[in-house]
Amino acid sequence: MGREVKRITCIVCPNGCEIEVVLESGRVVEVRGAGCRRGVEYAIEEATSPKRIVMSVVKCIDGDLPTVSVKTSRPVPKERIWDVMKVLSEVEARAPVEVGQVLVRNVLGLGIDVVATRRCRKVS
Amino acid sequence: MVSAAPERIDVDVLVIGGGPAGLAAAARCAKLGLSTMIVEVGDRLGGIPLQCVHPGFGIHYFGEDLTGTEFIERLIDRVEELGVPYLTRAYVTELIYLDVDRKLARVLAPGRAIEIEAKAIIYAAGARERHVYEINIVGDRPSGIYTAGEAQAMMDLYGLMPGRKVLIVGSGDVGLIMARRFALEGAEVVGVVEIMPWPGGLTRNVVQCLQDFGIPLLLSHAVIAVKGRERVEAAIVAEVDKNLKPVPGTEREIPCDTIVIAAGLVPNTELLERLGVAMDPATAGPRVNELLETSVPGVFAAGNALAINDLVDNVAEQGELAAEGARIFIENSGIPTARWIPVARGKGIRLVVPQLVSGERRVKLLARVSKPFRRACVEIRELGIRTCRPRLMPAEMVSIEISPGSIPRDVEKLTLEVVEHG
Repeated sequence: MGREVKRITCIVCPNGCEIEVVLESGRVVEVRGAGCRRGVEYAIEEATSPKRIVMSVVKCIDGDLPTVSVKTSRPVPKERIWDVMKVLSEVEARAPVEVGQVLVRNVLGLGIDVVATRRCRKVS
Repeated sequence: MVSAAPERIDVDVLVIGGGPAGLAAAARCAKLGLSTMIVEVGDRLGGIPLQCVHPGFGIHYFGEDLTGTEFIERLIDRVEELGVPYLTRAYVTELIYLDVDRKLARVLAPGRAIEIEAKAIIYAAGARERHVYEINIVGDRPSGIYTAGEAQAMMDLYGLMPGRKVLIVGSGDVGLIMARRFALEGAEVVGVVEIMPWPGGLTRNVVQCLQDFGIPLLLSHAVIAVKGRERVEAAIVAEVDKNLKPVPGTEREIPCDTIVIAAGLVPNTELLERLGVAMDPATAGPRVNELLETSVPGVFAAGNALAINDLVDNVAEQGELAAEGARIFIENSGIPTARWIPVARGKGIRLVVPQLVSGERRVKLLARVSKPFRRACVEIRELGIRTCRPRLMPAEMVSIEISPGSIPRDVEKLTLEVVEHG
């Protein structure tokens, strides 16, 4: 791998700095255009190992709604988002479900749980 | 069956709407020792955040980044723990001003007709979405056209996909977030069309909702027509000029099966208008004083029924402020104030709430600028108080505080304006 420049729009604050991260063989050698330290940290993370919280809904059986909303307990590496979504498409929760209840423990071995973010009340 | 004589309920405060503004208002009223009742039209408490599965809620109010669902469940818990009574599937048909201390609400609920008499009313009925017929889109009217909120309810409450090849109209945060929701659930999002030359939503959402998924953002473009017999087949899109008029010859067809309209919200104010409340054309909501009281004594407004907010945190805060207002109103049969000073919109300011201040209490003005500014301040001209930002964006409201006693006696109005120092 040679020299590579990644352009990152900073989202730490509303300034929206356009930051350039220069990588050599995958290692950060220079960060340009950041207005603050937090921006530098954000840009390095985005350029080397971007992560996102994944949120969706999964089926809820016997619930007051047919779905319960979920999120990952921590950000997931960006390249694994689709794998997590695939797992979620097959999850079936059973009412009652409480907010914060773990619906998938250690999803894909990432050390991250999938937790409920909405109540699903049982209806008989 | 409905009995001949309506049921009768007496309370200190009636809260209309069980979303974030209404729940926060009701919880604060209960804590202040006021007997309170919530009337909610939906089949459970919570309102729109129940279908907001994305984060960005509660950073200021709870000091945590929560999803809309988590945020609203906490407020519901608070109201349930305080034992605030509420009606769901209950619709207010009319508000009647009896006298300064008594207002009557006529309410219909399944099998029941109820008259609720209250000393104060907190109106927190939220907003409605602008639909396709309000944004100059002509052509066919096949199935497959939804508002963002309708699509969100289908997906995130009922688990139904509205379509597979989706065009989003409007790049406010709602449009951006729906673009990501569709993409995450496996739909192809063919574009987000924005009539203005800048995105309507936060940079954060442009990055994480569009760039992450490679979704094109078409700035200075408009959907001018819909094509399709049974189902949407394509949108006709054109570039717009400086006056936002389509440029002839730039029309092109974008194939899609679904068009999602995210063209903004309008406060739900019908009941207030029928009550004769004075309106502000800038917010499309009622004119209010610093305790969020409308021009009808003892009738308060909060949340998106007052003005379209960008943060739920501000909505909940408005609910609590209206509750404080209701307490002061009930204790004094009015809001004790020497005078009300109007807040005028100056250069670069699209809207501001509240519209009337006394100078006697601490007030937080919330303002929205009319276009993006770099290195600029929002300033109260007569007081020299300013809030400065490297960037002022219409997507983000700016707050500016006035301390008690800081308005000189000879000042008869305040003017909020943008001052550039680039």
